[in-house]
Amino acid sequence: MIRLEPLKEVSKGLLYVTPAIAVIVTILLGTVMFAVLGKDPVQAISIIFLEPLTNSFAISEMIVKATPLILIGLGLSFGFRAGIWNIGAEGQFTVGALAGGAVALALHEVEGIWVLPLMCLAGILGGMAWAAIPAFLRTRFNTNEILVTLMLTYVAVLLLSVMVHGPLKDPEGLNFPESRLFHESAILPILIEETRVHIGFLVALAAVLVAWVILRHHVFGYQVKVMGQSPRAANYGGFAQQRVVWTCLMISGGLAGLAGLFEAAGPVGQLVPALPVGYGFTAIIVAFLGRLTPVGILLSGFVMALTYIGGEAAQIEMNLPSAVTGVFQGMFLFSLLGIDVLARYRIQVSRPAWAAEK
Amino acid sequence: MDLLVLILQGVIVSATSLVFAAIGELVVERAGVLNLGLEGMMVLGAIAGFAVTLDTGSYVVGIAAAAVTGAIAASLFGFLTQILLSNQVATGLALTIFGLGLSALLGQGYSGESTEPLAKIHIFFLSDIPIVGPLMFSHDPLVYLSLALAVGVAWFLAKTRTGLILRAIGENHDAAHAIGYSVVGVRMAALLFGGACAGVGGAYLSTVQTPLWVENITAGRGWIALAIVVFSAWRPGRALLGAYLFGGVTIVQLHVQGFGIDIEAQYLSMLPYLVTILVLVLISHDKARISLNAPACLAKPFFVSS
Repeated sequence: MIRLEPLKEVSKGLLYVTPAIAVIVTILLGTVMFAVLGKDPVQAISIIFLEPLTNSFAISEMIVKATPLILIGLGLSFGFRAGIWNIGAEGQFTVGALAGGAVALALHEVEGIWVLPLMCLAGILGGMAWAAIPAFLRTRFNTNEILVTLMLTYVAVLLLSVMVHGPLKDPEGLNFPESRLFHESAILPILIEETRVHIGFLVALAAVLVAWVILRHHVFGYQVKVMGQSPRAANYGGFAQQRVVWTCLMISGGLAGLAGLFEAAGPVGQLVPALPVGYGFTAIIVAFLGRLTPVGILLSGFVMALTYIGGEAAQIEMNLPSAVTGVFQGMFLFSLLGIDVLARYRIQVSRPAWAAEK
Repeated sequence: MDLLVLILQGVIVSATSLVFAAIGELVVERAGVLNLGLEGMMVLGAIAGFAVTLDTGSYVVGIAAAAVTGAIAASLFGFLTQILLSNQVATGLALTIFGLGLSALLGQGYSGESTEPLAKIHIFFLSDIPIVGPLMFSHDPLVYLSLALAVGVAWFLAKTRTGLILRAIGENHDAAHAIGYSVVGVRMAALLFGGACAGVGGAYLSTVQTPLWVENITAGRGWIALAIVVFSAWRPGRALLGAYLFGGVTIVQLHVQGFGIDIEAQYLSMLPYLVTILVLVLISHDKARISLNAPACLAKPFFVSS
């Protein structure tokens, strides 16, 4: 008989080693998958996971893609700790980009250093507003936030499409569904010359620091932990669960909105229907792979960014569809969840009862 | 009148994939497991059904392949959540992300291809009766299969001993285990059934309803099916009703512009998602009723403590 015995204390050491094991397991599974699909596994794996690391431009692109992942993942981690499942960050990202982008377009003849901060504010508020819907419905009507946030993602993407086909369409363009290019004051300053790395990355790093301080030293960090581990204890503890729900959704919505605005005002430089490319969903994996800790999320943001860069390289060099990125991301989460059993349970191999009696 | 018949036929077609997925998930949730990977299993079933139907020319083989694919995907979820006791919400999300990616990878060579629509049945005389004929006796076989599935599941849950055991495990797995039932075994079986149903639902979409393969063909239908299960208060009859309601919303959206109402297509495409939210709010605002109907052990991990 093999049995799993839950550990009283979750093994701290293993908790941080298992994500690394998950990465290795994923690469092994990927090798098997490519072999089954009849592609050269060694070549595919090295293109996806190794080559991007040897090339300075690819590394800069990793930073560009890690920026939204870290921001969104950090926001989500608070809710996930408390058992509040915002899985619609993609929608909050989209509405944030839309709101901030609309400010940029409205001010397209105005120059000034205050334009960008105003856009960021609009982006944060846009994301918060979109997340306020599930927060309100959950606290007022007891409605499951998983399904509401997800449904709102589809609505947000359609909303972006309506806007760039109509009110926000470039009046001087060739009738393509896209906004005009943002003007100079509305574009994020570049951090490293000749790359697309923008100052949003510094904001993401600052957010990591702030999140670390909150979780460690602020009572709110304590509240989300208690609420996640025991909602009833949270009740007895006397703090309002409703407020934790609101705060978690506002943090994740605001950060996702900011990430969306950064994407529009950074690498993309305008509003297009294809702006949301799945960062909101990938960030869920980033949060888990990072163990819901700020520093972990910083690292796992880079690992997941690597799957994007590697996926693009595989697309160009091996004619694989870009969907290979999603396959690897799914496998990452699968392996992590599977291997987690090592950190949370003790595997007991017990002899059957008749053997023990002898 | 003809237009009305046409619209109602459209409702039936667009509801059928939801019926399969929702009824399958309903059994899974009745056994106390929440599989949020419905969307992933559906989309994998969609590509498997489409590819196999196109390659073999046989719908029977194609639909069977979709069912097997859905069940395999569900067994992966089952292994992680039931054996390795992983978090069901996170594992379901992983299955959806993985399924969407893998289906796109496997479907690379099938983009833009299309299959012949599945032939509709024709019964002598009955199918020729005006209105009743086209509405009741002229669909493809899978429509009837989906209805039979709903009736069969309702009977299974309410009237059979195995159905009772399954419900008992969903309500109180510790008690069921103490009596001697295999919690993990029953839950795995329910998951395989739910996966097969989701796979067939996806295949209905790609081989009958559209019928072609595009990436992301399910477009949130798996999530809508999950909402239908909540809407149904975990009863098969109401799940059927819910699926037809959503089928109706999808079809109304296609016909609104035909009635000369000037509105952007995107606003109409938002309808099914907005209606889902509205329905969820209406259903769940009564906290007592939800907790009365929901299986008490839904999404709770089960492990044997010595």
